[in-house]
Amino acid sequence: MTATGIAAVWLRDLLASAMVLGIYSLLIAALWVVLDAVDVAFTEAAVGAGVTTVLMLLAIALTGRREKRARARSWLPLATSLGVPLATGGLLVYATLGMPAFGDANAPAQLHVAPYYLQHAQAETGVPNVVTAVLAAYRGFDTLGEVTVIFTAGMGVLVLLGGGVRRRRKITAPPESGDRA
Amino acid sequence: MSDFLVLRVVTKLLIPFILLFGFYVQMHGDYGPGGGFQAGIIVAAAFILYAIVFEVETARRVAPIAVLVSVACLGVLLYAGVGIANLFYGGLFLEYGVLAHDPAHGNHIGILIIEIGVGMAVAAVMMIIFFSFARRR
Repeated sequence: MTATGIAAVWLRDLLASAMVLGIYSLLIAALWVVLDAVDVAFTEAAVGAGVTTVLMLLAIALTGRREKRARARSWLPLATSLGVPLATGGLLVYATLGMPAFGDANAPAQLHVAPYYLQHAQAETGVPNVVTAVLAAYRGFDTLGEVTVIFTAGMGVLVLLGGGVRRRRKITAPPESGDRA
Repeated sequence: MSDFLVLRVVTKLLIPFILLFGFYVQMHGDYGPGGGFQAGIIVAAAFILYAIVFEVETARRVAPIAVLVSVACLGVLLYAGVGIANLFYGGLFLEYGVLAHDPAHGNHIGILIIEIGVGMAVAAVMMIIFFSFARRR
């Protein structure tokens, strides 16, 4: 997985880079399956390895396949592009030292609401898949928010890229006065 | 359209099964892994595959942007509408238990309906994004 991640940055052929990123997502999906998180794995495989790769290929088709070589090799971008990830990664690794051991039954995450969901979800919702029960019923408001976010993203792309249905009529219409806020 | 006969034939063969799998994931999300998000992506993937192998314009005739926008809006409204409907049945917003006599049964119905709403919104938005990008070529 690390090898594919490094390769994605290293490769100058952007098409190959997008493909490697797809493989990376698929490997993460496999990791989720190993960790018994099949719902997350499903989403990762469908969104990360599938649709995201297609969207990247589209973007490459619109722009260009080869990465441009940097003209002047200045030290500042190199230092930031190496330093920021290393510092963030180092901090994250440092933070994992304070986390409870993997699979620890007494970890806070296992003691809060998780036991309640596992014990009562099927009786209260009639849905055997606890993940779906939590997403749709117990955390229904959050999921409504997520759907709204996706919807807004789609509408944003539509407005920005000019897929609007009534575009021509809008251009000929005189601009309204109070429109510049 | 793709010049390769094999690609065209295999795509035509695959698309019904992809759509069927999408609907299976949609309706089976409460028993196995899956749900509205994954199903929406899979259904959108079928259309995107069609658009890649055949012309994007052909795919846009099958699923015009105006229809996709209304489907996306309907999906979000379906989700929020279930929440509002619960208010009329005397429950709280998005408290599906009141939809049937048995709260568990009501919860099940509510989850199925909102998952369909999620699936509609996600599938339509994914296709909107894809078609908007693809049209700029």
